[in-house]
Amino acid sequence: MSILDLFAKSPFKPLQEHMDVVLRCVRQAGPLFAALCEGDAQALRAAWQEIDRLEGEADRLKNDLRAHLPKRLMLPVDRRDLLEILDLQDSIADRLQDVGGLLVEREMPVPEAMRERLLELVSAVERTCEHAALVIQSLDELVEIGFRGREADRVAHEIDEIGSLEGETDRLQAELVRELFRLEDELGPVSVMLWYQMIGWIGNLADGAEKVGNRLRLLIAT
Amino acid sequence: MEQLVLGLAIGLGIFMAFGIGANDVANAMGTSVGSRALTVRQAILVAAVLEFAGAFLVGGHVTKTIRGGILDPELMAHSLDVVQYGMLAALSGAGTWLLIASRLGWPVSTTHSIVGAIAGFGAVALGVDAVRWGELGWILSSWVVSPVLSGTLSFLIFVLIRRTILDHEDPVGQVRRWGPFYVFAVVAVIGMVTLFKGLKHLNLDLGLLEALAWTTALGLAAAALGAWGLRRVKVDPEADRSFHFATVERMFGRLQILSACAVAFAHGSNDVANAIGPLAAIVNATQQGVVEATAPVPPWLLLIGGAGIVLGLSTMGYRVMATIGARITELTPTRGYAAEFAAAITIVLASRMGLPVSTTHTLVGAVLGVGLARGIGALDFRVVGTIALSWIITIPIGAGLAIFFFYFYKGLLMSYAGL
Repeated sequence: MSILDLFAKSPFKPLQEHMDVVLRCVRQAGPLFAALCEGDAQALRAAWQEIDRLEGEADRLKNDLRAHLPKRLMLPVDRRDLLEILDLQDSIADRLQDVGGLLVEREMPVPEAMRERLLELVSAVERTCEHAALVIQSLDELVEIGFRGREADRVAHEIDEIGSLEGETDRLQAELVRELFRLEDELGPVSVMLWYQMIGWIGNLADGAEKVGNRLRLLIAT
Repeated sequence: MEQLVLGLAIGLGIFMAFGIGANDVANAMGTSVGSRALTVRQAILVAAVLEFAGAFLVGGHVTKTIRGGILDPELMAHSLDVVQYGMLAALSGAGTWLLIASRLGWPVSTTHSIVGAIAGFGAVALGVDAVRWGELGWILSSWVVSPVLSGTLSFLIFVLIRRTILDHEDPVGQVRRWGPFYVFAVVAVIGMVTLFKGLKHLNLDLGLLEALAWTTALGLAAAALGAWGLRRVKVDPEADRSFHFATVERMFGRLQILSACAVAFAHGSNDVANAIGPLAAIVNATQQGVVEATAPVPPWLLLIGGAGIVLGLSTMGYRVMATIGARITELTPTRGYAAEFAAAITIVLASRMGLPVSTTHTLVGAVLGVGLARGIGALDFRVVGTIALSWIITIPIGAGLAIFFFYFYKGLLMSYAGL
């Protein structure tokens, strides 16, 4: 045993790696919905498989990090906050898995009038998640300066930016729901319900990103 | 007869110094190798030069404590043969325990073993009153104070680094501006502690002003060298984009070479006594017929101790260090500098006050101090528990083994003398 046994594996790198995988998963949402709009079943399935695979990888990373974060470790931040951020990140991939699963299991042709706005929403959601991942990458700098000062202010600013990106997805979501209700009589009642839920789920991805940012804000504040 | 005892003692003293060089130095240099501030080869080189310098220049103070500070010199003077067997036994007992412990991979302190061994044989062979309990109490409390003090210092040093450098618009410019000051601080503190009335054994008795003048000159020279070295570190915009402090950390890697030197110096200054302190008592007893508490330690003893440490680290220490060097830590040079500087100050101060402390424990305290300043990704508290445990068992086991060896030598050498 030597003095170097004092140093445990830092949880911040694995947390960043996890977010990286989640982001790669979210980036499959674009191809998934593009395939859906074009009615390309093969491309749809391919995107879904990639989402499923990445979600599994994220799960593995999550369990691995949890196993290496025993209570006796001395961390620069509250261990519970870290685990909470991890769960929130993971919930993004989980929700996308729900979305993909539904699209694969049930035929859900996109009404012409909804197409453009739907793809717009998906790319707004991707942007929000990308920004959250960017903030998670800043953990390196935050650890370096001990979660305070100039670098912390910069990150707080970035977190505000996630909030405004998420606001944009809320707006698109509301418009999309309005459009859906206008088409209520053309679509079957079940389809309407499922689309309503689908739009909510897509929005959840951005909500998750925002929650990750807000939880990170707690690390800086304390 | 006396030649035999002296020869045995010198052999055991060198063996002990060899062990300190082979095992403990790796711990002292581990933080530098772990943060990649030094390669294994550089660490060995730095350690060889500075361990020796520390042992030779400052090692005498703690040696005096081990020689005549734990047991009453008056009482020892009345039974010089007991002192000879006993100090031999203390070296053998501590050495045996260290061999066993390093086999088992336990982080046992050389300091604790030898102090326990001397107190143990003294209490049994010379009587409970022969142990200077007040002095021993000081030593024991220094084992608690030293990690706490180095932890407090490292906390403050790290906060200072954060204030002056990291939390700044232009951290690279700030290292160039403040770096020489950080170099000056290390050299000035260590230099002052060493020079001020500390070199009497070399017939150099520097007063306050002289010591201040020398220290300032040395510090300024080192600061100029540091400023030059920092300027030569090229800014890497590519690396800084992905991690804003990449260049700053590389620059601190240079500064950490100096703090690593300070730790090696400090380690030599404190730990050489564990090997040659008992030997110094035997030399006293066989050659002067007394055991001195305060007289300077003969420089040749410090030379032997320093040489033994260098021999150990350059032969077997290499392997131990390579094992440590292969491990990756989250310790960055800014953290390494803060921890090492704090530990070095604490240890050198203890050395100057004649207090034998554990280098490893002091370093552990320093690292925890940086951790408390929220500076380290994750620290594992289990090590602290293991250290505390090895503490508790080392003292009685060191004492027990020394008592065993005492009767062994007494029987052996008395029958030899009787022939």
